[in-house]
Amino acid sequence: MSVKVRIPTPLQRITGGQEEVKTDPGKVIDIVQDLERQFPGIAERISEGGKIRRFVNVYVNEEDIRFLQAENTMVKDGDEVSIVPAIAGGGQ
Amino acid sequence: MGYVKALRCRECSREYPVEPIYVCEFCFGPLEVVYDYDGIGKVLNRETIEGREKNLWRYRELLPIDGEPQVGLSSGFTPLLKADNLAKVLGVRELFIKDDTVMHPTLSFKDRVVSVALTKAMEFGFDTVACASTGNLAHSVSALGARSGLKRFVFIPATLEQSKITASIVYSPNLIAVDGNYDDVNRLCSEIANKYKWAFVNINIRPYYAEGSKTLGLEILEQLGWKAPDNVVIPCASGSLLTKIWKSFKEAKMIGLLDGLETKVFAAQATGCSPIVTAIKQGVEVIRPVKPDTLAKSLAIGNPADGYYAGAIVRETGGAGEDVSDLELIEAIKLLAATEGVFAETAGGVTLAAAKKLIASGKIDRDSRTVVCITGNGLKTQEALAGHTASVHRIKPNLASFEDVLNAIGR
Repeated sequence: MSVKVRIPTPLQRITGGQEEVKTDPGKVIDIVQDLERQFPGIAERISEGGKIRRFVNVYVNEEDIRFLQAENTMVKDGDEVSIVPAIAGGGQ
Repeated sequence: MGYVKALRCRECSREYPVEPIYVCEFCFGPLEVVYDYDGIGKVLNRETIEGREKNLWRYRELLPIDGEPQVGLSSGFTPLLKADNLAKVLGVRELFIKDDTVMHPTLSFKDRVVSVALTKAMEFGFDTVACASTGNLAHSVSALGARSGLKRFVFIPATLEQSKITASIVYSPNLIAVDGNYDDVNRLCSEIANKYKWAFVNINIRPYYAEGSKTLGLEILEQLGWKAPDNVVIPCASGSLLTKIWKSFKEAKMIGLLDGLETKVFAAQATGCSPIVTAIKQGVEVIRPVKPDTLAKSLAIGNPADGYYAGAIVRETGGAGEDVSDLELIEAIKLLAATEGVFAETAGGVTLAAAKKLIASGKIDRDSRTVVCITGNGLKTQEALAGHTASVHRIKPNLASFEDVLNAIGR
């Protein structure tokens, strides 16, 4: 249980108010499944059919996983994962 | 009386009441306004629209307000120029320029969206409006908000050029220069939007704000005599404008303003920031974010919120995407100015340069009618042309010196 995962406010109701939780290393999509085992209901909020939802951004050590190997990005011991709802904002 | 029924998540279709919210609580998808089209179809027809004032509110039933329009009563209904000189150069039968470079009051299409956003913000009872912007949006919120008597907070990256700062600060908003880039400013603004009860036009008012872009599409249809063009070329930053223009075409068909609709929709981006066009060209749905590097700053959104939907519309309509280099966009700005007398900002250069390539490659049929959307004025981005314009003829104040020039240019 050595990977830290930061949980955004709208999902903290599912994690019992915890802002940060821990999981085992593995691919991003395996981490989602591990979170689901710990906090039932969280997986369908952030993923659908094995893919991260379009308006959820996942960062591993501050890098967007879409710049890495997306759902297959490997997360190692000591890495930090952030789950951040994409702002449906923009437009300069 | 308005015709808005609810907000609905574009991803999972959950419905929400009409409030200053913008994101689905369940799946974080964007919320969109849903209308009572049967009701609108009963009251809105070509004659009703044509009898109204020539501003963007002539389509008010298709806009998300409940009461009377309050902002932007002189905005919209910009010219649709038949660009015969340009059509000849590009070798295409019929070309039109939708010219938002002359939009009142701040010379870009953002006055459309901000007019709707501020009217809605006042309906919700807000006394303070805000935005994160590097340019056109800041100018529009600063200006239209001033006339409406609203308190204004405008957030910009601290490194912004002085000319762009001046074009906002002159209207005396609270201009906040943040030590960071545009993404940092945006992130800070979403935190501020959570804490303060302000109307952030492109955050918590976004579902309403974005609807204002539909007026650009509706004007094109009306100005073509209620006929849809064969092709429309649209610049993409977040992708919202493209999705809303297409939405307006579909709504016009649905309520009977249009008889037929077979328009192909084309997306234009700068090569240095082309996540949407890249996905279209590769035939994939997923938008991979990029780190922008382009002269076309008003299009430089590396992680476009509506990119997926914009790509889907281009595919659905049989259109295509095209991206252009900084040099190509500069040449296109000069071409538009020299052939049609319209000075576009860098985004306009991107759109025209993309149209040119799409015509050359045959993706836009030469024997068809095309509308190119020019969304902002070149006076705002003059620095982009530095070193790329023809040189001035410098002479002594006498006839001989002038005639030397005439000889030199072969007259």
